Amino acid sequence: MDRTPAGVVRWSLLDLAVLLYALIPVAWIAALSFKTPRTIPDGRFWPDEWTLSNYRGIFDNGDFLHGLVNSIGIGLIATLIAIVVGTMAAYAVARLAFPGRRLVIGLSLLIAMFPQISLVTPLFEIERALGLFNTWPGLILPYITFALPLTIYTLSTFFREIPWDLEKAAKMDGATPLQAFRLVIVPLAAPGVVTTAILAFIVCWNDFLFSISLTSSSRARTAPATISFFTGSSQFEDPTGSIAAAAIVVTIPIVLFVLLFQRRIVAGLTSGAVKG
Amino acid sequence: MTSGITRATAWEELGGGPGRASPSANRRSERRLGWWLCAPAALVMLLVTGWPIVYSVLLSLQRYDLRFPGRKAWIGFDNYGTVLTSRFWWNAFAVTALITVLSVAVELVLGMAIALVMYRTIVGRGLVRTLVLIPYGIVTVAAAYGWKYAWTPGTGWLARLLPAGNAPLTEHWPAIGIIVLAEIWKTTPFMALLLMAGLALVPEDALRAASMDGATAWQRFTRITVPLMRPAILAALLFRTLDAFRIFDDIFVLTGGAQNTGSVSVIAYHNLIGGLNLGIGSTMSVLIFLTVAVIAFVFVKVLGTSAPGTDAAGRR
Amino acid sequence: MAEIVLDGVTKRYPDGTTAVQDLDLTIADREFIILVGPSGCGKSTTLNMIAGLEDISEGELLIDGVRVNDRAPRDRDIAMVFQSYALYPHMTVRQNIGFPLRLAKVGKEEAHSKIEEAARILGIEPFLDRRPAHLSGGQRQRVAMGRAIVRNPKAFLMDEPLSNLDAKLRVQMRTMISRLQHQLGTTTVYVTHDQTEAMTLGDRIVLMRRGVVQQVGTPEELYDHPHNLFVAGFIGSPSMNFMPADITGEGLRTVLGTIPLSARVRRALEAHRAPSRVIMGIRPETFEDARLARHGDAAEHVRTFTGRVEIVESLGAEKFAYLDLEAEGAIDSAHLAEAFQGSGPVHRRAQLIARLDPRSRAHEGRPLELEYDPDAVHLFEPDTGLNLTEDT
Repeated sequence: MDRTPAGVVRWSLLDLAVLLYALIPVAWIAALSFKTPRTIPDGRFWPDEWTLSNYRGIFDNGDFLHGLVNSIGIGLIATLIAIVVGTMAAYAVARLAFPGRRLVIGLSLLIAMFPQISLVTPLFEIERALGLFNTWPGLILPYITFALPLTIYTLSTFFREIPWDLEKAAKMDGATPLQAFRLVIVPLAAPGVVTTAILAFIVCWNDFLFSISLTSSSRARTAPATISFFTGSSQFEDPTGSIAAAAIVVTIPIVLFVLLFQRRIVAGLTSGAVKG
Repeated sequence: MTSGITRATAWEELGGGPGRASPSANRRSERRLGWWLCAPAALVMLLVTGWPIVYSVLLSLQRYDLRFPGRKAWIGFDNYGTVLTSRFWWNAFAVTALITVLSVAVELVLGMAIALVMYRTIVGRGLVRTLVLIPYGIVTVAAAYGWKYAWTPGTGWLARLLPAGNAPLTEHWPAIGIIVLAEIWKTTPFMALLLMAGLALVPEDALRAASMDGATAWQRFTRITVPLMRPAILAALLFRTLDAFRIFDDIFVLTGGAQNTGSVSVIAYHNLIGGLNLGIGSTMSVLIFLTVAVIAFVFVKVLGTSAPGTDAAGRR
Repeated sequence: MAEIVLDGVTKRYPDGTTAVQDLDLTIADREFIILVGPSGCGKSTTLNMIAGLEDISEGELLIDGVRVNDRAPRDRDIAMVFQSYALYPHMTVRQNIGFPLRLAKVGKEEAHSKIEEAARILGIEPFLDRRPAHLSGGQRQRVAMGRAIVRNPKAFLMDEPLSNLDAKLRVQMRTMISRLQHQLGTTTVYVTHDQTEAMTLGDRIVLMRRGVVQQVGTPEELYDHPHNLFVAGFIGSPSMNFMPADITGEGLRTVLGTIPLSARVRRALEAHRAPSRVIMGIRPETFEDARLARHGDAAEHVRTFTGRVEIVESLGAEKFAYLDLEAEGAIDSAHLAEAFQGSGPVHRRAQLIARLDPRSRAHEGRPLELEYDPDAVHLFEPDTGLNLTEDT
């Protein structure tokens, strides 16, 4: 492509259009979160008066703090388990010949396209019977399940990109299959594992349906679900500012991940999706 | 020769052929390792989805309302009759289908445009690729509240652009439009990323050759780029269609399903949590699952989409 | 150091294809043996079976008299060099070479000295602390060799180790491998598709086609006494010239003229009950420019042939002349199609390649008189490809 001044201007304008597309709605929520209760109903984009009171408000609110702790805790545990379990399965699927391999691929494909709502009804009943309703494990379990197919796909693509010969070489050098996995494959797959972990965490962090359906109090309810229960500190107070502030708070971790790991996230999201 | 070996190993999984010597210690240990490595994942997936699916089919065959637990009974396919003759179900089904088709269609066009910008731009490529991920990553509920307030009269900057007295979220068609808008905004970047990966599959030389042959930019796009990207486009459409069909979060926040804007997921949720009617809720769950299966089947069998992770996609 | 015996080794896939059929081969201790053949001939499968990377369907594999069919690669004590080198990208050269020692739980001190020793032999000491990504192709190749020799295994297996190198480096590394093998005296099985590598490296060559061994022998045996059409076509560069020939009372009638049969050839043909129509093969080296009169007047049995030169390739030390035989119809034979796989088109018009002395005045578009020794021809049965001039 030629870097003529005209070309630079044209592409800059197109870039700008994409950036505005991505940023305006986020900027709007951010602007809303800094408005005082008096200026919220003015309908302007930027606040006339800036305040941090909305943020102070939500952090004084025990429910939202609980929600954040729940989101982080449940998200991290589910991600960790999904990664450990998924890495093992992805390696087996990508590399080993064993009867049942197709079954595992088929099963995860099935779950990847599974409508969550179809699980909510039976899980609601099962978890109440098992005493898992409104507990951390009650959410961790479905989160693991929905993070697993993603983990298995993304990681098996990473594993496939590691040359076969390396494993054969390890075998010839005297490694057991487990040693070949531990000493050769895992170190090489580490970047892929990090990427996958980020994607899996985003999946868990983003969930709303399971969280509002399978919890009944701040004991296990995650941040997104907590936001939807905001009513304002009194019946007459409008929760708009608090909700906007909370929305920004739950968005921050995602923005950080995106800024730090852009390349890897793109690679992870598109891996396996397109193979000519 | 290598590919022959790989194919043969795949065959062996299907039960081994005639005249095979007993597998060597090596092969046996490989099999054992494969099973052990997959066991935890398979177990979790089966326990958390397999068992509930079976359970939900069983529930759908019963009259089971938590408000009247005493009237629990097996009633065969009566629930299916109830749901499939219900105006609410078919309205929700139509709304879901409409939202799915509209948003996926717009996403494909817009996503392709964004993909081309991200792929071809000569300024600030990294910046564009980074910031476009923000809509993808943002919590759906958070974004949905942003759209809700933007269209709320008095509060919203977008509502202010409308003539006074308009409250779009309280009217059926405007509300659907806003739901589609929210859905498109959030998921187009994902579509764009998948399409961008597809663009990378188009060899530059083919495009250069086409321009030497006198093709215009538009002809290069329609005659070279799009046909070569076909697998990527189909995979992206499959993903997004299945995903759009289970739309819940946006509708829940924006309208709560009022003004007949509820999707199948939303009314199933209301039947369960609001109505506590497990029989009807499960019936809807099963029907949604079947619909999704049909969509996937059409994509894979009729259009020849290769889903990721399957052998068709994994083979190189 | 070890003797490797393959006894009726067969590799059959469940879909019915047979990659290797009933392979009998005894590889002597310290021997350098080459498995060669076109792609798909089963040479790599054979190597992988010796390595333990693939199961043996039938037959026995013995290393030092012990049956190892069911042993995992790590229990066979053999090292392998891969075409891709298969260096571990996350390890330094030192760690790469030391990996087999680490797995064998060799002590730190001992491992260190062994690694240094291997690096010294291969001349890679300066790179010991680099990662493979920062090495050139030739250096990577040597690291791969280092990883093989460091633990002093019973045998080396090499799978096309030089095919990723450029032509010049390939010749250098060929010499290095040859020297190293002599120095260490380790039994080596080397797979290649390149007949030049096979001819220059091996003590013995195993030439395979479609999973079946065609001939086993020293490079000279395969060159001078090919068992069949395939071997004749595969070994030698440029390839042997082939043309149809009819056996008549006066001799062989061919496009080169009628060639009298020597007593040796006549006896062999009778013993084989040869058909009247055969395929004649004659190596390009057999010809010489008649004006240079290499044979002089000493050999009155020398024949001459005059043809029009189409193309001359001058390589400095030698000249190749391509003569148009002015005859339709090249030889149509499956044996040859495979032997020539990928090495030049099969011409519809019969053509003859002659390898000449550089002083030859062969000139494009002009006639050239060639002389040759009629006793140097090979005759082949057209269907089976069997060499009728050899008493096998």
